[in-house]
Amino acid sequence: MLAYIMRRMLLAIPIAFGVSVVCFSLVYLAPGDPLSVILPADATQEMVAQIRHAYGFDRPLPVQYLFWLGHVLTGDFGMSIATRRPVILEVTGALSNTFMLTSFAVPLAFGLGYAMGALAGCFPGRAVDRLVTGAAVVGVSLPNYWLGIVLVIIFAVEFMALPATGMGPKGSAQFSLLRWSDAQYMILPVVTLALIPVGIIARTTRAAVAEVLNLDFVTTLRAKGLSEIAVIRHVLKNSAPQVLAVMGLQFGYLMGGSILIETVFTWPGSGFMLSKAIINRDIPVLQGTILFLSMIFVATNLVVDLLQSMIDPRIRRS
Amino acid sequence: MSQTAALPATFADETSPAERVRGYWGTVGYRLRHDPVTLFFGAIVLLIVLMAIFAPLLAPFDPYKESVVLRLKPWGYRGHTLGTDELGRDLLSRLIYGARSSLLMGLVPVAIATFLGGTLGVIGGYAGRRVNAVIMRTMDVFYAFPSVLLAVAISGAMGGGMVNGMTALALVFIPAMCRVAETATAQVRSLDFIEAARATGAGTLTIVRYHVLGNVLGPVFIYASSLVSVSILLASGLSFLGLGVKPPTPDWGLMLSTLRQSIYVVPLSCALPGAAIFVTSICFNLVSDGIRSAMDVRL
Repeated sequence: MLAYIMRRMLLAIPIAFGVSVVCFSLVYLAPGDPLSVILPADATQEMVAQIRHAYGFDRPLPVQYLFWLGHVLTGDFGMSIATRRPVILEVTGALSNTFMLTSFAVPLAFGLGYAMGALAGCFPGRAVDRLVTGAAVVGVSLPNYWLGIVLVIIFAVEFMALPATGMGPKGSAQFSLLRWSDAQYMILPVVTLALIPVGIIARTTRAAVAEVLNLDFVTTLRAKGLSEIAVIRHVLKNSAPQVLAVMGLQFGYLMGGSILIETVFTWPGSGFMLSKAIINRDIPVLQGTILFLSMIFVATNLVVDLLQSMIDPRIRRS
Repeated sequence: MSQTAALPATFADETSPAERVRGYWGTVGYRLRHDPVTLFFGAIVLLIVLMAIFAPLLAPFDPYKESVVLRLKPWGYRGHTLGTDELGRDLLSRLIYGARSSLLMGLVPVAIATFLGGTLGVIGGYAGRRVNAVIMRTMDVFYAFPSVLLAVAISGAMGGGMVNGMTALALVFIPAMCRVAETATAQVRSLDFIEAARATGAGTLTIVRYHVLGNVLGPVFIYASSLVSVSILLASGLSFLGLGVKPPTPDWGLMLSTLRQSIYVVPLSCALPGAAIFVTSICFNLVSDGIRSAMDVRL
């Protein structure tokens, strides 16, 4: 097992390297000189050359990349152009707000999706199965940020039951989960975020459970007189690796989807910050946020792989 | 006879012996014609496409005509069936015109990605070894980004606009497309009939052109059809963030983001562009599911 963990972690290194290269090159995708945002409008030719040298833009690209990587690895992501604060502080602050949403949305989404899928898989062809299949198609076709807007229209505009946007009446700095006046601001974003992956998780769980139910060992279990609940327990355990793989992917989509949903609810998380950075053309913040979020995604995939191999030892051998 | 063996028993029983031999595409067409769900949603897709093409004839007003006095009027106000937006433009006309950019942003990136990703995948799958490793490991890196994040990152860095948005979306789809084509090619490559073709003296190009592509285009096409709805959703998301279509061009995602500011004044109108995106995307999804099952050779 330890050898497998080591090997799997070594395999993640080239991916992480590639991700960092992509994030680094984002600056060069931007139209115009990357220096144009720092330079004063009336900069002389010498001044431009001087600043170019100071920032290292006159060196070959691979050298620039290593320079950048060295800074990033020591936690220096540069300064935000809009706020003049270090990017690392901005990103970590926003990420903690995003995690507050996801720590509620992920269990809700995965629990609901898994329960629906398992139920549908145990009763193929029945009403509950059709419901899950329909919900899955709707789920993948729904613009999730629109769902957020519709929920705002229903619960905030028409019924005035919940607040529409923001993070508490006093702002994000004094937000407390324990106060209802603050916590109610989380309900709509969490529900919207959670509804994105439910359909796909339910569909995958259904397919996996139905597949395992058809295997010979289920007949054997029933033949030896095991109760149906115990049989289902075996089936669920055997279908878990497939479900886990999809949950890992969906976690990434949920993080990505938070860009739009945090914008809809003006929730001051990493996604909202990203959309602000786009409007302000704040490339350092854009780069830092994308790097952080994608590294989280890489780490999630690694954890999912390891969990899968813990549940199903056959994966380790292949 | 080998063709009828691929058909379900019920089809073979119903047809007379004279009609029994039906080619692969004949079977696909037969299945599609007898699939009411796919036909129904395919008809809606066709209607949306026609609506986009004939928008100037269908729209009751000029979608760009602003009016200070007509801002945010309710449904049915002075001939404006669905009211007006925050600049006094007719909402129904803008919704009709909005189909154009949505369909364009849904289809163009998928077409580009199918061509480029498919080509890369076939090269990687057929060449094998080192070429395959270089192509596929590069694609793995792009797989490490959630798709929304990658699209936002690329178009965010390049700046907004329709062309940049479509480029970003094409880049997002290429790795997935490449993987589908690579898997299909690698499966075919090791089969005996490829070996036989090579033994008869066929060159690499001939083999790829006649033997590999024939087996790879099917799965690639099916996958591409499922990407259209994803592309429409992502594109409208980009426009919603201000990265896709630029104002004043009518676009559903953009309309959602500007009408959102008036959510307390015209809540119903505010939800309409999103409903249009949802309907278009679910229709494309269901049609794609129909094509997938019609083209499935195992059935």
